[in-house]
Amino acid sequence: MTLDPTLVLAQSEGGFFRNRSSGVDKCVESNGFCPSWIVHHLDRYTTPFEQHLVLVVVSVGLGFLVAFALALLAHRRRWLVAPVTQITGILYTIPSLAAFFILLPITGRGRTTAIIALTAYTLLILFRNIVDGLDGVPAEARDAGRGMGLTERQLLWRVELPLALPAIMAGLRIAATTTVGLAALAFYAGAGGLGEPMEADKAFDSNVVAAGGLCVVMAVALDGLLLLTQRLLTPWTRARAA
Amino acid sequence: MHATFAFLGELGDAIHFIFVKQTSRGGAEVGGTQLLPLLREHVLITVVAVAAASAIALPLGTWLGHTGRGSFLVISVTNAGRAVPSIGVVFLFFAALGAGFFNITLALVLLAIPPILLNAYTGVRGVDPDTVDAARGMGLTGTQILSRVELPLALPLIFGGVKTSTVNVLATATLGPAAGVVTLGDPIINPSSYGDAGRLGAAIVVAVLAVGAEVGLSAVQRALTPEGIKLAEAAPRQRGLRLAVPKRRIASAS
Repeated sequence: MTLDPTLVLAQSEGGFFRNRSSGVDKCVESNGFCPSWIVHHLDRYTTPFEQHLVLVVVSVGLGFLVAFALALLAHRRRWLVAPVTQITGILYTIPSLAAFFILLPITGRGRTTAIIALTAYTLLILFRNIVDGLDGVPAEARDAGRGMGLTERQLLWRVELPLALPAIMAGLRIAATTTVGLAALAFYAGAGGLGEPMEADKAFDSNVVAAGGLCVVMAVALDGLLLLTQRLLTPWTRARAA
Repeated sequence: MHATFAFLGELGDAIHFIFVKQTSRGGAEVGGTQLLPLLREHVLITVVAVAAASAIALPLGTWLGHTGRGSFLVISVTNAGRAVPSIGVVFLFFAALGAGFFNITLALVLLAIPPILLNAYTGVRGVDPDTVDAARGMGLTGTQILSRVELPLALPLIFGGVKTSTVNVLATATLGPAAGVVTLGDPIINPSSYGDAGRLGAAIVVAVLAVGAEVGLSAVQRALTPEGIKLAEAAPRQRGLRLAVPKRRIASAS
């Protein structure tokens, strides 16, 4: 059996070739799951992987900045919590695929559109976790800080935020892992990522498993990295557990 | 023809597509009432997938929560559900089983299970142990405790899981056309036969559908919440919650 020429020549928009470049392999021909094919063709996922990682890091980073600012504001002015939760809740509910195309006429095809949609998606998770974390600070710790003569600003940065850190980091971990999954749709907005090779040859088991597997690897790695950061930033929780 | 919404530009064309049947560049009838079969398929696959996932995850989650076992299983399933991209699951089922309503429904069932399982588990597990002790002291059996105490108290949270899954599946069903199921995602994924207005129009319909489901199911969730819990939540939130609880209990006991 010869390979269908359209398969060999077809090139998806972002430049990912469908050509599997091993027409003699039975496993590859039958669209099967072939570990050796994956190992030999991992390099073709390098660029999508990098694009994917940039999308995730930039979106979660921006989302954190916005959510952090909103949460600090809502921490001082309590009435803001409900409306901010509702608005970010709507942003969270809009399917990202739909969000990409709703943004398209405004921001055009490309990375900007994907990043705006993904950032909007992280806001609810991050905002809620930061607010919950700040709410969870024991009143005694606050009183002690005030008793030591800390101003409200010092209290926030030296007492409240450090104690809220585990909740904040938990929010970041959830936001990062879910964004890795959603960024796989970013190619529909023309922003590349691991979804692009996945869709380009979606009838081929090995291809879908390789691209999907790399998403999982990225999610697990980012999660581990954030967990490690949390451990390093909150040495006192380790001392308490010991 | 476009006069009504023309002042809105591209958005106007999209709104026109949503409400008025028209002939596409390819000569097919699209938009307006032609969207209804897509909507029907979209809602159908979502309902079937969420119902099947609930049939699996609700009994399992409540039972695990009741016995207090299997937290590792629940956490693993939840984490895996978060890390695996939904598009990957859909395409994997497409690659392994081929196109078709049933195959893609299976993929959506897998995606719908983790939130339902997690919420059923944490809902039942999170019922105040004192309440369970009181029920046991009144002579209720394990099954009675589950059905008369734990389930009613956990109901809002359990339903919250079903709500989350429904909204997730509605979003993911948009990918259906990429795997042979013609949902509302068709104009989004195959814009060549619908045009840009069709794509934007369908994106708006999907977004409205998801937000509508969230709002509607939240209303159901509030209706399901037992009066007692509503009262407790309506009470002003106090810092140092642990101190506040025994006080209230003493007050109600005297």
